[in-house]
Amino acid sequence: MSDTLHPAPETTSDTVLSVRDLTVSFGSADYWKPVVRNISFDVGANETVAVVGESGSGKSVTALAIMRLLPKATSRINGQILLNGRDVLDLPPQAMQALRGDEAAMVFQEPMTSLNPVLTIGFQLAEALKWHRDLSNAEALAEARRLLNRVRIPAAERRLAEYPHNLSGGMRQRVMIAMALACRPKLLIADEPTTALDVTIQAQILDLIRELQADGGMSVLFITHDMGVVAEIADRTVVMFRGDQVETERTETIFRQPAHPYTRALPASVPRLGSMRGTELPVPFPKVDMETGAIQEPEKPTAAPARYQPMVLDVQNLVTRFDIRSGLLNRISGRVHAVENVSFSIAEGETLALVGESGCGKSTTGRSIMRLTEPVSGSITVDGFDAKSVRGPDLRRMRRSIQMIFQDPFSSLNPRARIGSSIAEPFLEHGLGTRAEAMEKVAEILRRVGLGPDAIDRFPHQFSGGQRQRICIARALMLDPKLIVADESVSALDVSVKAQVVNLMMELQASLGISFLFISHDMSVVERIAHRVAVMYLGEIVEIGSRTAIFENPQHPYTKRLLSAVPIPDPTLRRGPSAAAPLELKSPIRSIDYVPQKREFREISADHKVQVWGSEWETEA
Amino acid sequence: MYAYILRRILATIPVMLIVAFIVFSLLYLTPGDPAAVIAGEHATAEDIARIRANLGLNDPFLLRFGTWIASIMQFDLGTSLLTNMPVSQMIGQRIEPTLSLMLPTLILAVCIAVPLGVIAAWRAGTKVDHFITVFAVLGFSVPVFVVGYALVWSFSLKLGWLPVQGYAPIGQGVSRWFQHLVLPCLTLSSAYIALITRITRTAVLEVLQQDYIRTAEAKGVGRHAILFVHALKNASVPIITVIGIGVALLIGGAVVTESVFAIPGLGRLTMESILRRDYPVIQAIVLLFSISYVLVNLLIDIAYTFVDPRIRY
Repeated sequence: MSDTLHPAPETTSDTVLSVRDLTVSFGSADYWKPVVRNISFDVGANETVAVVGESGSGKSVTALAIMRLLPKATSRINGQILLNGRDVLDLPPQAMQALRGDEAAMVFQEPMTSLNPVLTIGFQLAEALKWHRDLSNAEALAEARRLLNRVRIPAAERRLAEYPHNLSGGMRQRVMIAMALACRPKLLIADEPTTALDVTIQAQILDLIRELQADGGMSVLFITHDMGVVAEIADRTVVMFRGDQVETERTETIFRQPAHPYTRALPASVPRLGSMRGTELPVPFPKVDMETGAIQEPEKPTAAPARYQPMVLDVQNLVTRFDIRSGLLNRISGRVHAVENVSFSIAEGETLALVGESGCGKSTTGRSIMRLTEPVSGSITVDGFDAKSVRGPDLRRMRRSIQMIFQDPFSSLNPRARIGSSIAEPFLEHGLGTRAEAMEKVAEILRRVGLGPDAIDRFPHQFSGGQRQRICIARALMLDPKLIVADESVSALDVSVKAQVVNLMMELQASLGISFLFISHDMSVVERIAHRVAVMYLGEIVEIGSRTAIFENPQHPYTKRLLSAVPIPDPTLRRGPSAAAPLELKSPIRSIDYVPQKREFREISADHKVQVWGSEWETEA
Repeated sequence: MYAYILRRILATIPVMLIVAFIVFSLLYLTPGDPAAVIAGEHATAEDIARIRANLGLNDPFLLRFGTWIASIMQFDLGTSLLTNMPVSQMIGQRIEPTLSLMLPTLILAVCIAVPLGVIAAWRAGTKVDHFITVFAVLGFSVPVFVVGYALVWSFSLKLGWLPVQGYAPIGQGVSRWFQHLVLPCLTLSSAYIALITRITRTAVLEVLQQDYIRTAEAKGVGRHAILFVHALKNASVPIITVIGIGVALLIGGAVVTESVFAIPGLGRLTMESILRRDYPVIQAIVLLFSISYVLVNLLIDIAYTFVDPRIRY
């Protein structure tokens, strides 16, 4: 990018971070490949600047370069990075170490893996203070307790002695933020801090960052791929595309008058909650050309699946619980009520979305239907077979009708098996034909999911995340299933790839009449793909109905909260501090003698039922 | 956690019984008649039969096993067939040299190998790493007796700094005791150091790739604290495991080392007893070694819970 396109802003006295012509290359001795090219931007005092782009656009590399956290042997940084007037790239390692965590701090994407699992929360919080502020252990711990209170972690005193695995994802990310804020840094770099979190937790974390920024006088560099989050939080936005900075503008301008084709394409490719208002049937995502910004509107579907047919899947009063054992004799001391009295059905060619936050039991429901987890009670009918009692050949027959795709396409393919044999395996395992017939079918199915026949002889690591998820879908299709259980199958994918895979699933549904149980926490994707939606909370379905009913006329306070927590990619609709109280998902762990409450459902319309809720929701309704 | 530790301790009881059973039957099944050994070369068949009856060798297998276990419970390890001394007394006389050899070796090996492995992991791919790796491969592939003789040749025979062989009890002066132990300890520790270094390097290298190491760096934590607090503590489960497994290596190595340096310890006693077919002594020593190994493994299991808070069974 030439300088004329991006005139370097005047560096004023209140500029905290100033990046000029930053180029980062990866490689070794004689071959260096630039992955970030000529980036220039400023972050003013108390300002929030977002860097937005897809994975591989170089946004995280930019953040790591500013902190100089890239591996020295395999990376090279050119340009100028001024932090409070000092060039970070000229600092000796000692000075750089003194600066990290003090003047500039960083919060990472994965709260699950970014905290050290064998050190206490207190130790990890106190550590930065001991290094930079010369505090004694007792002083540092006292300060750590204050920090935990500041990020609103209840029972701070007790938390100090606990380990990361005792805390939920949202809590861990708060600990990460508390840790970053320990020395009151001038600049906070947040690298996708909310991507791995549920929407309701995301809203709370965004609120928290805003609030801390307001009373601390801190600048924030916010790395994200989510235009909704950008609209929500950023004053100015840097848009990156394949290592280049394509646009830098005030956030309102980025949304109102995007100059670069990619910037125009970006919001269009993002699933946007509310965009389906007034449409009854699911609609594929528009096809967006990232280079030209051209948008091709999708074809609207024609017919709704008929619900009077015999159901492909019928689940009645499903209950799944796990025993918790403890003590010397390993006696059962409690139970996790993971799934409690869940009933729903899916017709042929229909998609039911199961939504809710992590820990609400939606995945366990999917696993119970597949009988990967043994349910305690209830009936599951798959394609006419009673899934709980079926044995022998009928069990195999039933298993062919129902297949599953998992969240992580990286770990659900055998890294040492060729794609062809991975896909052919279920076909051969069920004895449906010879190896030659299997390979013929593999080639045909690969074409269906949009991959060439040359994929057969390749290995999983030679494919991108989106392609791997296509391969997993291909494997599920080998047995001509009636129903596919898709457990968070697109959650780990990039926005544009996510849209493509969702479109593929809808295409397959249209041509093959497959039904989907689509388990997801992503409301805006669900809005696109689902015919019907079931909302789960603490192991129970609190509301179930047609997509239009749930999205346009939500009844249960929890459904309302879930919908209102989704960030809208429009800076003019920016919400204030969210109304919902910062509430952690309650625990489904109960004592042995716990008897679940008898629930009643209220019928709102023909296909819309809502659980009658008690006083615990009164304050919200 | 205490419930877990108690359960682990209880679980070692059946293990020890099985070990005792195997030790007992091993000797029962080996060819050679202890009665014939006692009777001597010129004994008649009647003499041997009488001795067999006296020793209870004609009783059924399980009865003999039961009697043996019962007497062990009362700390009666039997009487040597040759010296007629109680076995416990014989072991008591020989245990000091062996402990003097093994404990310092264990401490020395851990103190050298763990930092070496951490440094190799930190400098992975550099000359320092290659040097440490070559050293470790050598230490592991050269047999104990070769290392021993090479050390004796250079430090005792050529340089004359240290005694060639023998053992001086600690009661006769710490300095003499120490001088006699330097070479045996170095000999015995070479393979052990190599093993622990390799495992430490691998374990720490893997941990250094983790996200939380980057978090620690971003906090501005110093290099030493990152390596020895953040990384090492996470890597310690495999390291502790291999230290424990290595105790078996030490026991085998002690037998050879004691022979090379003529140290009158349990290893030598084992050798002598095997050559003389002194069954009660062999049984007692093998049982002692096995049970110490079971106890070391128990300690390792307990140590896991201290280094990794997530381990709860």
